[in-house]
Order: sequence, then structure tokens, then C-alpha cells
Amino acid sequence: MLSEIPLSYFLVVSTLMFFIGIYGFLTRRNLITILMAVELILNSVNINFVAFNRYLFPDQLEGHFFSLFIIAVAAAEAAVAIAIIISVYRRYSNIDVERVDTMKF
Amino acid sequence: MIDFSFTILIPLIPFILFLLLGLTSGKMKPVLSGYIGTLGLSVVTVLSYFTAYQYFFNREAGAGVFEKIIPFHTVWIHLTEKLHVDLGILLDPISVMMLVVITTVSLMVHIYSMGYMKGDKGYSRFYAFLSLFSFSMLGLVVAPNIFQMYIFWELVGVSSYLLISYYYEKPSAVSAGKKAFIVTRFADLGFLVGILTLSYISGTFDFVSLTDPQGALITQGTSLTFMGISALTWALTLIFMGGAGKSAMFPLHIWLPDAMEGPTPVSALIHAATMVVAGVYLVARLFPLYYFVAPDALTIVAYVGGFTSLFAAVIACTQTDIKRVLAFSTMSQIGYMMLALGVSGYGGEHGLGYMASMFHLFTHAMFKALLFLGAGAIIHAVHTNNMNEMGGLRKYLPITHITFLIACLTISGIPPFSGFFSKDEILVAAFESNRFLFFVEYAVAGITAFYMFRLYFNVFWGKSTHYHHTPHESPFTMTVPLMVLALASMFTGFIPFNDLVTSNGEAFTLHTNWSVAIPSVLIGMAGIALAWVFYKKETAIPDQLATTLSSPYKWSFNKFYIDEVYLFVTKKIIFDRVSEPIAWFDRHVVDASMNRIAWVTNLASDQIKGLQSGQLQKYGFVFISGVIILTFAFVYFLFN
Repeated sequence: MLSEIPLSYFLVVSTLMFFIGIYGFLTRRNLITILMAVELILNSVNINFVAFNRYLFPDQLEGHFFSLFIIAVAAAEAAVAIAIIISVYRRYSNIDVERVDTMKF
Repeated sequence: MIDFSFTILIPLIPFILFLLLGLTSGKMKPVLSGYIGTLGLSVVTVLSYFTAYQYFFNREAGAGVFEKIIPFHTVWIHLTEKLHVDLGILLDPISVMMLVVITTVSLMVHIYSMGYMKGDKGYSRFYAFLSLFSFSMLGLVVAPNIFQMYIFWELVGVSSYLLISYYYEKPSAVSAGKKAFIVTRFADLGFLVGILTLSYISGTFDFVSLTDPQGALITQGTSLTFMGISALTWALTLIFMGGAGKSAMFPLHIWLPDAMEGPTPVSALIHAATMVVAGVYLVARLFPLYYFVAPDALTIVAYVGGFTSLFAAVIACTQTDIKRVLAFSTMSQIGYMMLALGVSGYGGEHGLGYMASMFHLFTHAMFKALLFLGAGAIIHAVHTNNMNEMGGLRKYLPITHITFLIACLTISGIPPFSGFFSKDEILVAAFESNRFLFFVEYAVAGITAFYMFRLYFNVFWGKSTHYHHTPHESPFTMTVPLMVLALASMFTGFIPFNDLVTSNGEAFTLHTNWSVAIPSVLIGMAGIALAWVFYKKETAIPDQLATTLSSPYKWSFNKFYIDEVYLFVTKKIIFDRVSEPIAWFDRHVVDASMNRIAWVTNLASDQIKGLQSGQLQKYGFVFISGVIILTFAFVYFLFN
């Protein structure tokens, strides 16, 4: 049963996902991959929300609602990000993040 | 006694004219602005004459001394219960007399300028400034408190500046205007300090309570001293410094000769008849205070006046610019007035000097305005100021010639012209109290006659000069004022000033002192005779004399090098020795430290600008490292 699984398991998974996301965000050069890393970070947060809600305040629903909101916002964010990436591609003919450095000093 | 509250219109009308002419300048036909200005001023003149008539002659029978009347009074700036700045109108013998002088001369100058300034491109500006000046001067003389006087004092300074630099395309006119403004402004610094000291001691700005002989200030004086001298003496001496600046007394006289760069009617109005006597008026206004609490300051007034009259007369003998001769003559005559005040006593017959001073102020305004307007007519006819280029003009300018001759006789003190009476009273007053100054003034009377007739003979007689085009008499707008003022110069001497304008408002009988009067006339005659011999025909005498007395001649011709002394003090001492080091300190210490700070900041930013690489992931890395470090630090400190 679910209740036999301790809370810390969920937290370990979400922490791993979070840092994998951070790692991907910092090391990947492709903008699409960076976007995917960001999604990983968001999902690790979702897991946290749901797990805490379930274990600490089982009578309430705020944590679930939060995760639902995050999923919706993440979808919107992905749409905007993809649009930006397309414009970047049109301007620089590639989507390598190191080439997009016009805003330096 | 009638209601005098209409007198508020006297300063107000010129002010409205100034706004009107100033704002419509360039939109209105110039001729029209001349007419409006003159018309407005004639109304003011009529009002002033009416005031004078009502004040002096239409009195209740048996009325004793002339009272001080305040028909209009308002608090302008209310600061505290004790400290407030008022505006108002004060009528007493001297202010009513000044109203007559100012409006008469100003009206004559307005009419005269219609001819003299005709076709000038700044015609309406000129009339606007004349109105501004009339407003300020009228406001000055009717001021019932010293602060209002100071305000208008500065206003006449401004209008004088504006009118001296009227030909602003001429560099000499511009610098003359600046010189006049700076010198008088410097003197006014003393005036202001004097006012503040005086009102600190007395607690009031009001003339009536300041000069009341029974008032607290005069009966009690003050125990305050500064450097061993009473604070009141200091205050009154400093106030006299302001008066000396405005009245071109030595050593603050240097601006007046240069002020002749302005148009001639302006010289007649401002720098001969009205503004330059403001200093005399100021001393007369505070006279009881000078007499009772600061006799030392009054002695200074007497000696400064006496010295200036001699000094300026000597310079006038060698100048060749006719307007400058008249300017030095003005200084000399104002010296007379100051001297008369300085030797005067207070009350009834003792106040002879005071009466004489006001009398001379009155007659001098008439004949000196006449001389300047005559000089303007001459300049208008021959287009030069230099009297060596003139001669034999009596044939071409008959009216100017006659009126100028009358003015010369008047200033030389020949009876029965007005100058004789007023100058004679001054000499009597000096005779009774200070023999040394009396003999100085005798000498000045002779020199005055000499230099005036030197001018007269040089211009109207002497060599016959060839002119580019034949000089012609001026239009009637210019000759009519000349004739009016000539009549005034001839007959104002018969006005019984001893009944009207006295130190305490009380009439007294005048005794003619023949032992003073006859020698003074003879000395005047001698001066004229000398000028006759030297200059009536072209002779070699003056040149020979100039060669024999070459060093005094040079000193006098160069105005005793006072300008050079000023230049030396300001340039070599103040600028080079004081201002230069301060400027060096500013550049090398104050500015340099600021520049150093800017340089260091610049350097630092140069070093760290490489961090702004534009690499998104580097920023992210730094950000996340920061978060992690902070988290660890937070946890560490929280659980430790």
C-alpha cells in the first residue's frame, strides 16, 4: 500500500529529479534540451507538493491544486519558450545557447 | 488739510506706463509710445504740482511747522509682529520738493527725447525704461521707511544700468553700464549693512520714528560699540557709503564719467538731476539722526563732499568731452550739497546748511538738466562729443546758445540767476561753521566758473570750425524744454526755501550775508574772465600753460589716475593675489579629488565588466551556486 512507503522516498526522487534538471539546465547547449531540464525541475516540485499534501495534510487539497496549476502554467510556458526558440532560430540559424550572447556588456 | 491719498498715483502711473510700453514694445508704433509716455508723465507732473501746491500753500492759517503726512500705508511682507516690510507714501517738505524736481525734469526729458531719439530703433524701449526710472525715483523719494527706500534705490540702479547700456551694441556703453552697476552695488552693500545695524538698534524701519528728535533712538542712543566707535556712527557712516556711491562721491565716483555713454537725455535726467542726488536726499532724510547721534559721521559727509567738489572741479578743467566736463561738474556740485548738509545744524536758523543743500539740489537739477540737454542739442547738431572739434556754434544754434549761456551763468553763481542764491546759502552755512571748507568752496566756485566758460567759449566762440554739413538748430521738441528749463534756472532762485524746506519744518528768516556773497560773485566773475582770455579767441595760452604745468595737467587730464588705482587693486591684488590661488586650489584639490573618485570607479568597472558575458548558463550557474551557498550558510547558522 501507499502508506507503507515513507515520505522520504518521494523526497529523494524529487531531489534527484531537481538536481538532474539543474545539471541539464547548466550543461546542455541546445535550447530545447534546456527547456526539457526546466520541465524536470517543475515536475520535481510537483512531486514534492503532492507528497507533502498527502502525508502532512491528508484532509486538504491545496497541494494537489498547486500541482495542477503548475502543470497548466508549465504548458503555457513551454508554448512561449518554443515560440522564442523559433525566433532565435530564425535570427541565428541555430539554437545553441552560447551563440545567443548579444546582450553582453 | 485735504486728503492726499491720490498721491499713490504719482509712482503708480509711471509703473503702469512701463508695463504698457515694455510689453507692447515692437508691436506699437514707436512714435505712439513716445506720446503715451509723455502724456502719462504730464499727468504725473500735474499731480505732483497739485500736491506741492496743496502741501505748501493751501494750509490752514496759523499752521506752524510742516508736518509729515502718511496718506497711504500698507504692510507688504509681514514676518513677525515687530519685523514687517511696509510700503507707503510719506509727504514732507523734502519729498514734495523732490516730486516737483523729478517730474519737471523727467517731463522735459520725455519731450526732448521725442526729438533727440527720433528714428532710433530702440525708441519705445527707451521710453519704457524712462518710465521705469521715473517710477523708481518717485517711489524712492516718497518712501516712508528705509527698507522701501532701499528697494527703490536698487530699482533706480537697475534703470540707470539699463539706460547707460542703452546702445548695447557699443562695447564701451556695455562696460560703462556694468561699471556703474558694480560700483554702486558695492556701495549699496554698505548701505544694506547700515540699514540692518540701524534697525537692529532701533527696532524699526520707519523714518518718522527714526528721525523724531524726541524719539527713543535720539534721546537714548545706544551703548553698543564696535572698535571703540558707537554702532550708530558705524551704521550712519555705512549708510552714507551707499549714498556716496549713488551720488558719485570720491572715491566711489569712477562710474559717473563713464555713465555718459548713455543717451544724453538720460544723462540729464539720471546722472545730473535726479538719481545722483539720491545720496544727498538720503542724508537729508536721516539728518536729525546724523546731527544728534552721529556728528562724526556728519563730519565725514562734510569733508567727503568738500573734497569731491574740489577734486571734480580740477578734473573738469582739462577734459575735452563736453559730457564728461558736465559729469565732473555734477560731482562737484553734489559735493557742495553734501558739504552743506555736513556743516548744517538742526532747527530753524541753525539748519541753514540743510535748507541750502535742498535749495541747491533744486536749482542744480534745473540748470544741470539744462546744460545736459543743451549739450545734447550740440551733439545732435555736430555729431561729436569732443569740444576741440567744435567752435563758433553761436551762429548756427541761437536758442541753444542763449539757454546754455544762462545755464553757465547760473552755475557760476552770477546774480540774479538761481545758482547764486543757493550757492550763496551754502557758502554762508560753511562760513559759519567751518572756515577751512568755506575757503575750499570759494576756490571751487572760481574753478567752476572757469571750466564752464571754457566749455562755453570753446563750443560757441573760439575758432571757426569747418563742419561736414552745416549745423542746424534742433526741432522745437528739443528747444522748448531748453527754454522752459532756462526760465526755471533764472527764476527758481526767488523761491523762499527758508519758509518751505527746512530741517525741522519750521520757517526762519534769511539774512543775506554780503561779506560772503560779494566775494563769491567776484570770484565767479574772475573765473569767467580767465576763461574769456584763454578761450574766447583761439590763443596759444592754454597750450603753453599745459606745457608749463605739464605734470599737474597730466594728472588732472587723467582724472588723477583713480581708475588706474582701482584697476591695480582689483586686477593686480584681488585677482592675481587672492583669486588666482583660490582658483588653483579649486582646480587642483577640489576638482582633482572628484576626478580621482571617478577615475577609480571607472577602473573598477573596467575590471569587472567581463563578468557580463551574455552567457545565460554562466549566469544560471552563478545564481544557483549563490543559492546553494546561502542555503548552507542559513542551515549552518540556524542549527548552530
